[in-house]
Amino acid sequence: MSGRKIGDVILDLKNISLSFGGVKALTDISFDVREHEVRAIIGPNGAGKSSMLNVINGVYHPQEGEIIFRGQHRRDMDTHEAAEQGIARTFQNIALFKGMSVLDNIMTGRNLRMKSNLFLQALWIGPAQREELEHRKKVEEIIDFLEIQHIRKTPVGRLPYGLQKRVDLARALAMEPEVLLLDEPMAGMNVEEKQDMCRFILDVNDQFGTTIVLIEHDMGVVMDISDRVVVLDYGKKIGDGVPDEVRANPEVISAYLGASH
Amino acid sequence: MLYRENGQFKTTYQADQQIFPIAQDRWGVLLLIAFAFVGVPFLVDEYMFRAILIPFLILSLASLGVNLLVGYCGQITLGAGAFMAVGAYAGYNFLIRVPEMPVLGAILLGGATAAAVGIVFGVPSLRVRGLYLAVATLAAQFFWDWAFLRIKWFTNDSPSGNVSVSNLNVMGFEISSPLSKYIFCLSVLVVFGLAAKNMVRATIGRQWMAIRDMDVAAAVIGIRPMYAKLTAFAVSSFYVGVAGALWGFVHLGSWEPAAFSVDRSFQLLFMVIIGGLGSIMGSFFGAAFIVILPIFLNQFLPVLGALFGMEISTATVSHAEITIFGALIVFFLIVEPHGLARLWSTGKEKLRLWPFPH
Amino acid sequence: MSFFIETLLGGLMTGMLYALVALGFVLIYKASGVFNFAQGAMVLFAALAMARFSEWIPGWLGIESLFLANLIAIVLTVVVMFVVAWLVERLALRHLVNQNEATLLMATLGITYVLDGVGQTIFGSDIYKIDVGMPKDPVIMLESMFEGGVLINKEDFIAAAIAAILVAALTLFFQKTPTGRALRAVADDHQAALSVGIPLDRIWVIVWCVAGITALVAGIIWGSKLGVQFSLSTVALRALPVVILGGLTSVPGAIIGGLIIGVGEKLSEVYLGHYVGGGIEIWFAYMLALVFLLFRPQGLFGEKIIDRV
Repeated sequence: MSGRKIGDVILDLKNISLSFGGVKALTDISFDVREHEVRAIIGPNGAGKSSMLNVINGVYHPQEGEIIFRGQHRRDMDTHEAAEQGIARTFQNIALFKGMSVLDNIMTGRNLRMKSNLFLQALWIGPAQREELEHRKKVEEIIDFLEIQHIRKTPVGRLPYGLQKRVDLARALAMEPEVLLLDEPMAGMNVEEKQDMCRFILDVNDQFGTTIVLIEHDMGVVMDISDRVVVLDYGKKIGDGVPDEVRANPEVISAYLGASH
Repeated sequence: MLYRENGQFKTTYQADQQIFPIAQDRWGVLLLIAFAFVGVPFLVDEYMFRAILIPFLILSLASLGVNLLVGYCGQITLGAGAFMAVGAYAGYNFLIRVPEMPVLGAILLGGATAAAVGIVFGVPSLRVRGLYLAVATLAAQFFWDWAFLRIKWFTNDSPSGNVSVSNLNVMGFEISSPLSKYIFCLSVLVVFGLAAKNMVRATIGRQWMAIRDMDVAAAVIGIRPMYAKLTAFAVSSFYVGVAGALWGFVHLGSWEPAAFSVDRSFQLLFMVIIGGLGSIMGSFFGAAFIVILPIFLNQFLPVLGALFGMEISTATVSHAEITIFGALIVFFLIVEPHGLARLWSTGKEKLRLWPFPH
Repeated sequence: MSFFIETLLGGLMTGMLYALVALGFVLIYKASGVFNFAQGAMVLFAALAMARFSEWIPGWLGIESLFLANLIAIVLTVVVMFVVAWLVERLALRHLVNQNEATLLMATLGITYVLDGVGQTIFGSDIYKIDVGMPKDPVIMLESMFEGGVLINKEDFIAAAIAAILVAALTLFFQKTPTGRALRAVADDHQAALSVGIPLDRIWVIVWCVAGITALVAGIIWGSKLGVQFSLSTVALRALPVVILGGLTSVPGAIIGGLIIGVGEKLSEVYLGHYVGGGIEIWFAYMLALVFLLFRPQGLFGEKIIDRV
């Protein structure tokens, strides 16, 4: 890989347990994420991967455990706090704002940085107008970066799936996050689109130094681009380590081949 | 001049972020506003002002407010009439109780009071949505219906909540003739319309729409649902409240709570559905449609009846009116859920390519 | 004390009527996911049809017997309500499959207006009465427990009994019959129901017919008590807090919610009303539902809603 340097632990999850009613989604899961690394979470369907991301950015609140982000200890996260602390997220079933244009969707990613008050916005004067332009510039950079200039003004509902995924990523990037959570960014894509997406992910990691936590089913992709991999099965952690270690782990193999069930 | 954007290149983001990026639109709207101020007064008679234009302007303002909440923020309301009532009665109290209170001040304070009340009744939106929220807003409707009828202080001890204002004077101009009323309402509407357009293209508007389209995703990128929803309720109620005050002060002159009943609330909701949810332009279309339809039917149905040798009574006309109304609502929801505004923009899209549609 | 009991019973009776209307809401919601705002308009429509048919039929057919006239009027009204159900499905709902809840709600608001308009055009817009021979005389009960006893209308008893029978029948229908099962499947997921071969359009017609019949029952009881007039349409607005309280998908919820609201309204009006000028019934019901909503958004017996991301 390139010149980036993996740093200290930035996000540490300790003994996370999450259940809905009586159903256990996650049981006593601990793992950490280091600054600037690409960390993958893999596992069969229903293993609790998405729940894990939802715990990290505060959509779900675990019943037990501790989340340590940048040295701060927390019982659980709150979505707004997570966003403010620099955790961004894309979604498995694209969660774009479908009534808005691509540009507006990405602009929403800047909302935390826009401070002008309601009256100035209503009058479209002074700081409100300046802010709007300033952030538009930043958003245009992201649009250039992800090569979606041509669809800027298109309502997202009209875009094909692959492009929607890219807009979803763009919106997350507009937050200039420190940690980026990607929930199956390549699901349902063809080979070419997958390659593009891989390139974007690596570029983000490389150029902006963004830490990436990634859920993905395509093992080839995961083994290629991630630094470390954590494996979940039935809400439990069954493996953790660099790709080669995980590949050799017998428990992981059996979970994937279904031998022991 | 053809309707084209060819050759209009934008070299700055500022130019690209204008309200009407296409020059023809820009000029068209400016001309329309200028015509409304200068041309219309020479063309219409008193009846037109009183029966059509003034109600249209005020209801447009209210429908703008409802659209901000329902169309942009996705929070359904069946209680808009109550906020009109709060605006009207609060404005009235400011006017009679505060010495030297200017009329415009009373109207705006009426709106501000409605905004505050709107925030209170918007709180349930943090917990519930859709139908349940509709019920919560109905609670506001029935509460205020009752309050203005029964709590005497609000209506200065007048029987059955009937109050009136007279001698309106705004910044030295007397607002008594239909023309002056028209100009006054038009000015208010232009200012509020512009402000609404600005809000929906700014970060607050994007936050509202984000909440409307996908609230979990909105929260994940740091939009506070509470802030977004309550500002939507506040701004919407402010618009609706000012409209209510204008309706009472300028259009009716004297009014009672029934002027802002639950039927009014439904009517406002219908305006934004027919006009177009999530469209500023649509708010005006919807208001125009709802003001003109009954007048049209009143003229047209008896004529149609006479054609077939039938006598059509006023009761029949009013029943036909609500029937057609309801049928149109269903029709629009089925055929064009985005309302008249979408038909308009589809038409414009075609015009852009005309006469070579491919 | 006996005054309190009387108020309480009066509240229960009103509550029973609310419950009947609420039942119509719940039926349609359960079976199609549509919140049918037009239920009140259907009550008015059915009551108007019933009142006018029973008035016209002696003239049309030369029948003297009140009972026979009423019977024919009921049959005719049922037919009319079936036609209404069929038209609603054909002209409106069929084209709105898989739309979101709010759109469907607004569509039924539109249907409300159509039914109000058409109903009054056909049947007239004056005040009519329905006389199905319900006994009007009051009885005095519980004399041994309170001095002077408690005054109750016989009519109210019969009404309550009819309502109870209807509820029992509907519960059986939903739980035990194949059609009932299909209805519940449709409510869960339109597309999934279609994919296992449940005929959506027919199911919708059936459920609207059933709702039409409950509307007729409510209309007859209410109409014979208070007369048939336009304000009957607004009974939908009175019954709305009931379904919120009881939970949108629960038949027992509608009944218990109805009773709670009925009693709450009466007691609040009698014991709190005069401090604040009276007439607080309607918003009191809403406030009750609203407060409840904040603590338990799915209602007393509703199913909990879990969001997935």
